[in-house]
Amino acid sequence: MDAAFVIEKFILVAVIFGVSLLIAMYSTYAERKVAAFLQDRLGPDRAGPFGILQPLADGVKMFMKEEIVPATSNRWLFMVGPGLAMLTACIASAVIPWGSPIAIGDRVISLQVTDINVGVLYIFGVVSLGVYGVMIGGWASNNKYSLLSAIRAASQNISYEIAMGLSIIALLLLTNTLSLKEIVAQQHGWHWNVLYQPVGFLIFMVCAFAETNRAPFDLPECETELIGGYHTEYSSMKLGFYLFAEYINMFISSAVMATLYWGGYNYPGMDYVAATLGTTWAPLIGTAVFFLKIFAFIFFFMWVRWTIPRFRYDQLMNLGWKGLIPLAIANIIVTGVVIAIVEKF
Amino acid sequence: MDSLSNKKKVLEQKPLTLGERLYLPAITKGLSITFSHLFKKAATVRYPEVEREFSTNYRGLHSLKRDEEGRERCTACGLCALSCPAEAITMIAAERKADEKHLYREEKYAATYEINMLRCIFCGLCEEACPKEAIYLDGPIVPADYLRKDFIYGKEKLVEKPLEK
Repeated sequence: MDAAFVIEKFILVAVIFGVSLLIAMYSTYAERKVAAFLQDRLGPDRAGPFGILQPLADGVKMFMKEEIVPATSNRWLFMVGPGLAMLTACIASAVIPWGSPIAIGDRVISLQVTDINVGVLYIFGVVSLGVYGVMIGGWASNNKYSLLSAIRAASQNISYEIAMGLSIIALLLLTNTLSLKEIVAQQHGWHWNVLYQPVGFLIFMVCAFAETNRAPFDLPECETELIGGYHTEYSSMKLGFYLFAEYINMFISSAVMATLYWGGYNYPGMDYVAATLGTTWAPLIGTAVFFLKIFAFIFFFMWVRWTIPRFRYDQLMNLGWKGLIPLAIANIIVTGVVIAIVEKF
Repeated sequence: MDSLSNKKKVLEQKPLTLGERLYLPAITKGLSITFSHLFKKAATVRYPEVEREFSTNYRGLHSLKRDEEGRERCTACGLCALSCPAEAITMIAAERKADEKHLYREEKYAATYEINMLRCIFCGLCEEACPKEAIYLDGPIVPADYLRKDFIYGKEKLVEKPLEK
């Protein structure tokens, strides 16, 4: 391992971290703008031109607010909660391939922090850790509403993780690998997995909504029933961390959906672009396409949030256990049978 | 029991059809409705810069009127203060001096005239009570302020600008 490799990875990690935070920051702005446009309003437009500086103003506000730690809370866990939520949201980006390798001079730089051969499992592991931040925060608050919300979050995540895992199995039958890099490479051009696994993608997407606690599955923080849910007792930047973690989660799940099902950085006509622009600039265009897909998903997340009302708790459980899990299993069987038939003949 | 009005309607709750249980048709329909709103004109009026046009009988900030020679019409009779249901108006009357004939129309005038804008309910009864046509609620919206004392408007804010000669 030479020094250049370490520096290269360090820069990549820093850039990805910075970009995730920046996108999460502007997701809060985009959320308010999208909500406004969908409701025939204008949204925030006072801070800077078109309200571009709104996230900064919000951030400053969060830092300046008084910080209150409830006297009866578990102080230590109360402080760990938001940090854990943030940490688990950030580390999932390590295995996502952000673009095909770039050749600068005679060095080939991989745009993926690490290509572990169980990348899909890593993401699942990290995403399921994400609920700990919510649970610990909700429990440590020593508040009925927070605890209820933490319990809801935990049971919701566990229920939907099963359907999510099952939907991925059907995908893995097709790809024969757990490495995200290879899964993306297999979707060269327009051979995107969503064309072969539309039902699997649908299940995965619904589960992603549930895992990120976004509407219509935002039961852990539903304002009307649980005040603020698990972050009822939180104030100042601790609250900011929780809200921020949700947007980073949204960004990461969009990236994972784009990687697994929508071809990552692949796009039709990429071979022609690669031939004309060379190996330095073509991968960057691929990365731009990848981010375009991510932004489309983030917009979809918001669009759905401002359209569909929240599910009732029993409806949520019904959908998860009686709807998505049997559907995912059926999807695995059909996929398996079709693959067996295609390989045989 | 029989319905007396004959308007009673028994609704039966049908079980959801497969399409309804899938949620997806309803969701796509909802999404298309909200998407169409992306392209609609926003109903927002950017308030301090742009103001919505008021109707002609809108009751806003009070103004104390002057007559055609620029003299204050108010004669400090106190009918406005008496008619005010919110008791927002107070005034102190004074007698006009000989050299003040160009300033005040009647022999008696209001030396101080104060309206507490936090008490005022903009009902317009002062306007109706005034026998001298001296007060009208024809101004803009009362602006926000930080201190309660700043909401007590005196003559310097209420009386119309003097006539330009």
